[in-house]
Amino acid sequence: MRETIIHIVTVLVVLFVVLNIAAGLIWVERRLLALWQDRYGPNRVGPFGLLQVAADTIKLFFKEDWVPPFADKWVFILAPGIVMLTVLMSFTVLTFAPGIAIADLNIGLLFVLAMSSLGVYSVVLGGWASDNKYALLGGLRAAAQMLSYEVFMGLSLMGVVLMAGSFSMSAIVEAQRKMWFVVPQFLGFVLFLIAGVAETRRLPFDIPEAESELVAGFHSEYSGMKFGMFFVGEYVGVVLISALISILFFGGWLGPVLPPIVWFLIKMFFFIGFFILLRAALPRPRFDQLMDWGWKLMLPLALANLLVTGAIVLAVR
Amino acid sequence: MLSVIRTLWHIFLHAFHPRVTVQYPDEKPYLAPRYRGRIILSRDPDGGERCVACYLCAVACPVDCISLQATEDETGRRYPEFFRINFSRCIFCGYCEEACPTYAIQLTPDFEICEYNRQNLVYEKEDLLISGPGKYPDYSFWRVAGVEIGGKGKGESEREDPPADLRSLMP
Amino acid sequence: MAILFYVAGAVAIFATLMVLTRLNPVHGLLYLIVSLLAVAIVFFTLGAPFMAALEVIIYAGAIMVLFVFVVMLLNLGKRQVEQERAWLKPGMWVGPVILAAILIVEVIFLATRTGGAAMGAVEIGPKQVGISLFGPYLIGVELASFLLLAALVGAYHLGMGKPQKGEKEYGNRTDESRTAAGRDLVRAGADRPVGAP
Repeated sequence: MRETIIHIVTVLVVLFVVLNIAAGLIWVERRLLALWQDRYGPNRVGPFGLLQVAADTIKLFFKEDWVPPFADKWVFILAPGIVMLTVLMSFTVLTFAPGIAIADLNIGLLFVLAMSSLGVYSVVLGGWASDNKYALLGGLRAAAQMLSYEVFMGLSLMGVVLMAGSFSMSAIVEAQRKMWFVVPQFLGFVLFLIAGVAETRRLPFDIPEAESELVAGFHSEYSGMKFGMFFVGEYVGVVLISALISILFFGGWLGPVLPPIVWFLIKMFFFIGFFILLRAALPRPRFDQLMDWGWKLMLPLALANLLVTGAIVLAVR
Repeated sequence: MLSVIRTLWHIFLHAFHPRVTVQYPDEKPYLAPRYRGRIILSRDPDGGERCVACYLCAVACPVDCISLQATEDETGRRYPEFFRINFSRCIFCGYCEEACPTYAIQLTPDFEICEYNRQNLVYEKEDLLISGPGKYPDYSFWRVAGVEIGGKGKGESEREDPPADLRSLMP
Repeated sequence: MAILFYVAGAVAIFATLMVLTRLNPVHGLLYLIVSLLAVAIVFFTLGAPFMAALEVIIYAGAIMVLFVFVVMLLNLGKRQVEQERAWLKPGMWVGPVILAAILIVEVIFLATRTGGAAMGAVEIGPKQVGISLFGPYLIGVELASFLLLAALVGAYHLGMGKPQKGEKEYGNRTDESRTAAGRDLVRAGADRPVGAP
């Protein structure tokens, strides 16, 4: 009974913290983008503009929640739910610090990959159900992009799995006591970073919603809180990928002096900041370039990385 | 690849650059004296209306946002009976100022004329008239114009000779 | 675990029935995805978490996305729904259903005769799957990889189409006009006659 209560409390705390970080990222992203573009960003609502998050949330809740008459109603409503559900489900298997985890599955990493592969549906179905040519184009692009980048996203992580000998997050972190995996698996880290950007549809890989070409891509027809779900879902995705990078390649909670959870948060926020820097700095590639890189450059590199890592691990044992 | 990292680094360095934003309501931008903002009607140095209701501004206006009606006082001095500018139409081109023969209509460096109600953007004469001479402090049309008005007869204007005596043969 | 198994199984059967009866292909595919997820849970409850994860990643997450992708590219409308409705007349499906019912009876008969293994008795992790794949079933893996390689080469060959004649002409023409304009892309082609394509 006591264990069940502790479990439920952990779930609620993780949910609360993740959603708050994601909502706070709205502010963080705008301020950081402004910082790198020689502006101030939102600084009017509350101290340092911090209440901008509250203002945005209130605005989203009070907007008309509109379902276009030509849309496929149920699929249209389902799509934004899927994005939140799949991304939040991925957090269940993350280990934030020793003992702070919802479920330390022994196939944890595979579970994350499974959830991220299901996340494609939100975009694809949202684009299809809108019955709008821009949304459909966005959905098609999303399907192709995320499918291609998922392939080497999984493969780039297999090097880590080989070295740790487990799919479980806590085992992977424990295996990094001597050396962070970013050193031996640098190629895997770079590949995973690129795939992570593509999976969260963040700039520079925001081709499914490229606003200069496709209005708003797959969520052109969405408004109110349904749009808000896509919006927050993207930020939760950024938090997820940053948390994964810090767990898989940068030793998760391992670090001197400070408590483990603080180390984890420092590493995670570093990568969140890096994601925003990517957005501030890099232009969007063309779609065929994106596909070319994915299949002709990243996939062979990921396979080569897996082969070499496997050979070395076999030779050392 | 290297260029991407170089780009990232240079963008990152922008965090330490000075901001270009002007914090507008707290910190007003400098506007030149001849900035084309809110339109006013100015007065002579002695306090009379400069506008002689010649309609040239209304003709020059490309969006027809000026409307006025001329009238005369008992001494023969022309002035507008009403003078109305619809600022929701005005494009602040300044043609009215260029067309004005008496420097009456002038544009000022003030642009903060937002209203919640569109009707409030229609300015009447009393809203437009200011108490001073605006950009031309010494100019007074009626003092140089050779017209007879109350308090000033023929030939009494500045740089004006007295009227020639048609019946005299003297030069 | 047993309750989970039966619930997931029931969901899988129901979802599969819905796949067959939906008029809109995308709705059908959605039910198919649900069915695959339910099967993944069945795997999980039977003690094969690795298989469950692969089922979600590969079938539900990759192959079904391709299906949805293709269906999205087909321009389906009201006419298609009408056609589907016409196909779903009892005369069309009675025969297959009777045959399928016979098969189900046979399966039930066999299952009750032999008796199943204990549910979730042993958990089969990734390591055992790998060892059995590259141990006793190595030939099967190699044959499957031959098949996939052949498919890959075939797909590459099909995708390697030459550019269409019109496309090529258009490309050449724009290139020419660009050279003529001296890489001045703003005025490129401005010298061509009015009304030319």
